[in-house]
Amino acid sequence: MFASLHGRGNLRALAFEFSPVVEQAAPDTVTFDAAGLERLFGPVQEIAAAVLRRAGQTGVKANLALAANPDAALCAARGFAGVSVLPQGDEAKFLGSLPLGLLAPSPELQETLERWGIRRLQDLAALPPLGIAERLGPEGLHLRQLARGEVERKLVALEEPLHFSDELEMEYPVELLEPLAFVLARLLGGLTTRLATRGLATDELRLRLQLETRAFHERTLRLPAPSLDQRAFLKLLQLDLAAHPPAAPVLHVRLEANPVKPRAAQSGLFVPLAPEPVKLELTLARIQAMVGKEKVGSPELVDTHRPGAFKKETDAFFRATARSEKRPPPSKKGGCLGTRLALRVFRPPRTARVSIASGRPSFVAADGVRGRVLELAGPWRTSGDWWTLDPWERDEWDIALSDGALYRIYCAPPGWFVEGSYD
Amino acid sequence: MGAAVLQKQFEAVLQWQVRPSPETVRTGVPEVDAATGGLPRGCLTEIFGPASSGRTSLLVSILAAATVREEVCALVDAEDSFDPASAAAAGVCLERLLWIRCGHNAEHALKAADLLIQGGGFGLVTMDLGDTPPRMARRISLTSWFRLRRAVEHTPTVLIAVARQSNAKTCASLMLECARKRVVWTGGTPLLRGIDVRVSRRKPVREVTAGFKAAALE
Repeated sequence: MFASLHGRGNLRALAFEFSPVVEQAAPDTVTFDAAGLERLFGPVQEIAAAVLRRAGQTGVKANLALAANPDAALCAARGFAGVSVLPQGDEAKFLGSLPLGLLAPSPELQETLERWGIRRLQDLAALPPLGIAERLGPEGLHLRQLARGEVERKLVALEEPLHFSDELEMEYPVELLEPLAFVLARLLGGLTTRLATRGLATDELRLRLQLETRAFHERTLRLPAPSLDQRAFLKLLQLDLAAHPPAAPVLHVRLEANPVKPRAAQSGLFVPLAPEPVKLELTLARIQAMVGKEKVGSPELVDTHRPGAFKKETDAFFRATARSEKRPPPSKKGGCLGTRLALRVFRPPRTARVSIASGRPSFVAADGVRGRVLELAGPWRTSGDWWTLDPWERDEWDIALSDGALYRIYCAPPGWFVEGSYD
Repeated sequence: MGAAVLQKQFEAVLQWQVRPSPETVRTGVPEVDAATGGLPRGCLTEIFGPASSGRTSLLVSILAAATVREEVCALVDAEDSFDPASAAAAGVCLERLLWIRCGHNAEHALKAADLLIQGGGFGLVTMDLGDTPPRMARRISLTSWFRLRRAVEHTPTVLIAVARQSNAKTCASLMLECARKRVVWTGGTPLLRGIDVRVSRRKPVREVTAGFKAAALE
């Protein structure tokens, strides 16, 4: 069973949604192998209905023909408007009324046939094959077979370009994000369906909005793991656009997906619990929208002695959560090292007023901290980065105050600070 | 005859259903594990006590134990007071820890914790309200705590809230109160060696007490 589409629109993309074997006979005509589709959709009429439905969704306007061989389907699609289903064995009868020009014979052959008065396929089909072979040679014989719908051949399959993008022109400029979400949902639906039919997923979505001011607003959404979760993509795009809204109403939307192989992970009974990557991305996007992007991530210590130095890494956290294989038990780093006294840091450090007696702090007052120093240890003098433009040095004290808490205070230009409390 | 049939049909349904006790995980402090039996999964655990009472040291030990089990952990830090250096020194695998800094906003902390639990997949979600003033923490309605408890129920996540006072009340399945027994200073030139902490279980009601030492970094 073969199907042929002749008309306007992205015929190739439509054909690839239904079959991996697609031949493009002309820019406006494609033929694809429809064998096996009956298991998915049912009888031929249902297959035709499914193709037409999808064509309507993707904006394709084309004639559709289904036949037992590709050339009969191609002739019918070119010759008849709408949907044609050619019954097997009756192709010659079905195609008979079509003009001979549909078969695109060579000019000499066409001239000869016209002189013979043969203008329709049924006229050519009725001629005896032996006589045709004697007078017109192999080309004439092939043309007769085409006219009878009897040519059996394999399709010259196209290599599907792994390029997944879709775009939509607005009828009027869209100002709000909510109506834009409907457009994005439609584009995402098409893209994810096309990716799914090829057994692919995506790990990157690129959105390009053309604005009324003729400027472009571009956003790229990188996912920690390949996925096809259309609802998650839509929510992520909505959150991203809410955080970075376009500066003017939108006229044109183009959405592109980076095709990659889907993530195949075998979970085991004893594999530790970990969040599902796309769901985690969505959760983090929601939290980032609330508290700010720079405030969410995995802390990473920086290779310096500067107090309080760290950086935030979201990628490292995703890598760690995605790791499912069992690692050897941690020995020194990452293992339980006994209970350690933890410091609670005041960010920023609280400016303090410190009374000194015998060269030592005796009274400390700062925001939320006030008391007589009962016991203390220090000073611990530290310094670093003196070879850079941003050197630091400080004298640290661990103190027990009369308010009942333990603090770390330090003296550094321009004065005294409470760094945090031991807890 | 009819009563016998009814009894046969509904006996199993009408019987008193005993809830299975939740699975527990280790805290990383053997003394506390021995006294409390560990932290229950799918439940809210509250750790409270005044400043410098060892709450954060216990929390960091719990985080370290969870990351050693290769679980993914989240710390919702209401007051932005987490010290990654202390945590790394205590054995927390930082790359398995998601740190959310809420910038002195307890409401954001609640919402973030709720989102994390709803998202699923975390072995441990901790909400640190340790420096949040008690009057602010008390403003969190009991409904919010109920919502958190309902969200974490039937999940394998351990939810921990750290505060100065108990706020979750009936919503918490386990309440641990921390108190500092003494500060250990040693050496000719005084050196802060650590603190001795007493942990008392306030809920379930039968009181159990444990003690542990939190050693300062050398």
